[in-house]
Amino acid sequence: MPLVKQGRLTTDLFVHVAEGAELPGDGAVLVTAERFLADPEALLRRSGKLGVIWPNNRNVDDLVPYLDRLASIALVFPTFRDGRAYSQARLLRERHGYDGELRATGQILRDQFVFMTRAGFDAFEVKKDADAAAFAETMKRYSVFYQPTGDGRVTALNRRMQLRHSESASQ
Amino acid sequence: MYAYDELDRTLINERVSEFRDQVKRRLSGELTEDEFKILRLQNGVYLQLHAYMFRVAIPYGTLSSKQLRRFAHVARRYDRGYGHFTTRQNIQFNWIKLAELPDALADLAEVGIHAMQTSGNNMRNVTSDQWAGVAPGEIEDPRIWSELIRQHTTLHPEFSFLPRKFKIAITASEHDRAAIKIHDIGLRLHKNADGETGFEVLVGGGLGRTPFIAKTIKPFVHGRDVLSYIEAILRVYNQYGRRDNIYKARIKILVHELGIEKFAKEVDEEWKQMGDSELRLDHAAIEEVRSRFSYPPYEKLPHMPDELKQAAHDPLFERWRKNSVAPHKVQGYSIVTLSLKPVGGPPGDATAEQMDALADLADKYSFGEIRVGHEQNLALPHVAKRDLPALFKALDRLGLATPNVNLVTDIIACPGLDYCSLANARSIPIAQELTRRFANHDTADLIGRLHINISGCINACGHHHVGHIGILGVEKNGEEFYQITIGGRADENAQMGTLIGPAVPYAEVADVIEDIVEAYLALRDRPEELFVDTVKRLGVEPFRERVYATR
Ligand code: HEM
Ligand code: SF4
Repeated sequence: MPLVKQGRLTTDLFVHVAEGAELPGDGAVLVTAERFLADPEALLRRSGKLGVIWPNNRNVDDLVPYLDRLASIALVFPTFRDGRAYSQARLLRERHGYDGELRATGQILRDQFVFMTRAGFDAFEVKKDADAAAFAETMKRYSVFYQPTGDGRVTALNRRMQLRHSESASQ
Repeated sequence: MYAYDELDRTLINERVSEFRDQVKRRLSGELTEDEFKILRLQNGVYLQLHAYMFRVAIPYGTLSSKQLRRFAHVARRYDRGYGHFTTRQNIQFNWIKLAELPDALADLAEVGIHAMQTSGNNMRNVTSDQWAGVAPGEIEDPRIWSELIRQHTTLHPEFSFLPRKFKIAITASEHDRAAIKIHDIGLRLHKNADGETGFEVLVGGGLGRTPFIAKTIKPFVHGRDVLSYIEAILRVYNQYGRRDNIYKARIKILVHELGIEKFAKEVDEEWKQMGDSELRLDHAAIEEVRSRFSYPPYEKLPHMPDELKQAAHDPLFERWRKNSVAPHKVQGYSIVTLSLKPVGGPPGDATAEQMDALADLADKYSFGEIRVGHEQNLALPHVAKRDLPALFKALDRLGLATPNVNLVTDIIACPGLDYCSLANARSIPIAQELTRRFANHDTADLIGRLHINISGCINACGHHHVGHIGILGVEKNGEEFYQITIGGRADENAQMGTLIGPAVPYAEVADVIEDIVEAYLALRDRPEELFVDTVKRLGVEPFRERVYATR
């Protein structure tokens, strides 16, 4: 599955380790939430980067104590109709200040890239090669945004107010 | 009218390009039908019995004459010459070809019209009182808030894939014309003791299989906090609303399962955590949106112009005026409702010719503005009283002066089996038959206010639960049967109707309704007692007896 990271197709350094499968001695791994929560400290001590695959029906508060030591959090879209992970992403980024990799996994199509980026995702396990290749182009689809999120894009309302200020200043 | 600026225009154009790409990918096979389905629903495209149906938003029911002409153009160019106004301030086209949809959207975008989120599991078109801004006694124009919320909910990055659809309605009048109590969120604008503007927030209303009247979650949310409070509700719903069963996925079920107190507590906690976010609307932000609503340059006109005095001798004019003309907040002006319920016609349909002609009349008599209400009728919101006689003549020629607004033949009906793949039974022919039965306007006048609502299946698109008389199509051994309820209402005293007895076959529905109406005429204690009030006073029993005694 192609991985898009920071806007570019990238080789995925993380190995997904299934529940119950043996953990490689080193190297970057993404482990399940069960495995992680069973003994977080041991996993975090291990050499090699650690990421967690966090299901969309589990409160992200449970991750908060470990956020500064996690290299990646992968949130799950079992189908692209299921939008729970958008809320999890915003909470992690905007409320809990997580600044590591936030990865979207599951049924990821190009049509969600803008939403996901705005919600705080910066890495995408994209289903189709064509969609992954179209990432940069797709991100240019929109230049106007109505809602403030943690991504820092200026909202339409703010742009209008700025325009007003500059108009009244130049009068 | 709200005037789009460059940013609004850019955004809808960007949406058109995105949709064009999605259609192209579908036609080339790059997208499966399963994938495409969700994408097209995000943009108002349903697959119906015969063709694609295309639903277009009319936010808070306000239209310009230019926009209405563009609907006529779309009806003519891409459809079969007509459009259908729905119960949620949308217009539907029933026969559009997929390959042509992007062009139809682009034509609409030129006049600031879009189809974003008119279906799918997202925040739907924000609806409001069709008399907003002109009704006497209103707290303030609810469309300012509707527009703020429209923008906030459009292409929302967190809430575009909710468990189920999500509908918000706003009213600012004592009499609720926006049916806020049957919405996922209902907002009632009012002022607190300090004279500040805010909202009573209701949550969890909705019809369908498990109908609920919305409950108050907070009696007063300050206007500046309305976006953050809505966001808190949605965040709770997005995470905890059920996704295992679409029939249990609406917020009403979550509210019901948790109980309103617990749900309110969850929302409050989330809201507190959000704190003073960027969502807080400062005065300047609200004024920025307010400044883009323009109001007509009303003239100073007499309350009772000579034209009106003279026309009072024309009984046809008088009957229409009494039925369809309502007071305006500015002296000398009126609000005119145009019935889309002609005798024998499908409720809510308008032809391209009617739309064009009406756009001309709006230019001539209503400062170029048209309104759309949830009863599937239209309105001209600013008609000078001196122009009423001339307007009547013109409307009558167009077939838009049927004097049956709020009467027994002003029926709300869903498309039913004639168009809809989910239907158990037909709706439109029942409505048509009823308008023939009660075609005599004197009889209809005598009966007074009586709302009949028809749905072809339990999804309740025709709001049958809240009809004074509700008719619901069901299927029995492969045949069309109808359950009949009475005593429902959708206004500030919203309530579900009560079933009067076993379902009746298609051929008997009109007879049964006639029986119910006759029973009411015999039972009411004075002519002013409305049908719903008689039902409230006496219960359903006397009606049941009347209907089933001979069946
Ligand atoms: C012809 C194609 C249509 C289809 C396939 C369709 C389908 C549906 C479905 C499945 C629901 C239930 C969703 C739920 O409760 O979660 C629904 C609800 C609704 N529909 Fe339609 N509909 C159609 C046309 C219309 C039309 C023409 C109108 C207006 C006249 C309309 C107005 C509504 C409304 C107001 C509701 C919400 C009822 C509630 O509060 O639960 N629909 N529709
Ligand atoms: S109520 Fe049922 S039959 Fe009528 S339009 Fe809705 S889904 Fe179709």
